[in-house]
Amino acid sequence: MVEQQAAVLSPQALIEEFEKNGVTHVVTIPDSETNYLYELMKEEPWMDIVPASREGETFGVALGLLVAGKTPVVLIQNTGMMESGDSIRGMVLDAGFPLVMVVGYRGWNRHGVITDSAATYTEPFLNAFRINYYLVEHDADSSRISTAFEEARATKRPVAILVGDEYHGFNR
Amino acid sequence: MIQSQDVFRVFQEHRGDAIVIPTGTSGRHWREFSTNENRDLNMGGAMGQTTSAALGLALGLPDEKVVLFDSEGALLMNLGILATIAGKKPENFCHILLDNECYATTGGQPVPNAQDINYAGMAKESGYTTAYSFDDLEEFATNVEQIMRDTGPVFVAIKVVPEVENEPIGMRVRVPTRNRAETIRDLQSELGISND
Repeated sequence: MVEQQAAVLSPQALIEEFEKNGVTHVVTIPDSETNYLYELMKEEPWMDIVPASREGETFGVALGLLVAGKTPVVLIQNTGMMESGDSIRGMVLDAGFPLVMVVGYRGWNRHGVITDSAATYTEPFLNAFRINYYLVEHDADSSRISTAFEEARATKRPVAILVGDEYHGFNR
Repeated sequence: MIQSQDVFRVFQEHRGDAIVIPTGTSGRHWREFSTNENRDLNMGGAMGQTTSAALGLALGLPDEKVVLFDSEGALLMNLGILATIAGKKPENFCHILLDNECYATTGGQPVPNAQDINYAGMAKESGYTTAYSFDDLEEFATNVEQIMRDTGPVFVAIKVVPEVENEPIGMRVRVPTRNRAETIRDLQSELGISND
């Protein structure tokens, strides 16, 4: 019997999308699922990692980098995104710069009942802030990341990537 | 305590080409002394996050000196930023805290533990390269040249006289100033920066 490996979103696919879209800085608080991604990012000479202490900071740091002409992405978990509401409002939405925010979709599950309130409120939160988003579950979805960059640049607004399977494939 | 206008008057002499980001009630006085408006930046928008934006700017423009005039109420909302800044060690970043010990714009209520916090101590122990505290204008004037020469991140805590506002927001007289988008546009034009 041949076991087929489940399709997952590989950290390398994310990094390739970042490079393709000219990302210069990743402003981040890692969550439990992104350690391998973090290790890979550290190896990339074209990318500077900015570790933050609280997720709200990431949007302020990103604004400063955008004013400096750089191309940051914010990489956080959905719990931290919700903590960052006023920063998203004041430092991103009101500022009129393009920003892609990559958000780990903690608690999301394609199959069965979602019991984690972090997942329950993620999309309603984004909808309340009128932030468009794309769900990315595996490598075949990774072109959506470029779509998000294109949309952010065209609209000068934030666009979210929801990482539905947080690089490990446990949720399928 | 020092009048914030006096802080700015002394600082202006040593500003050079630094990009200056003023915040808070005290920070409004900077425009009375600045002689290079195109390098003055308004990064307000979410209380406590101007500090984060100043860090981002310093990281994005490593060849430019970036000076932030922060306020203690804002810093207290986001104290973790001290570790974030210290972790990235931006050599071009000078973080000056104008500490009036209160929320001046909401009527002067004291910030938590207003008189007994050692902000410079927190910055130094977080990992800033150098940290100073001043409650005397002459001492600040004596040290400001060195402060601007120090390798960052440098932290400077200065006790300033609060300018408490009690009038309802709609009745307060405001001097027209450039908004955030205008200051960003002017700085980017000055430095030849484009986001396209």
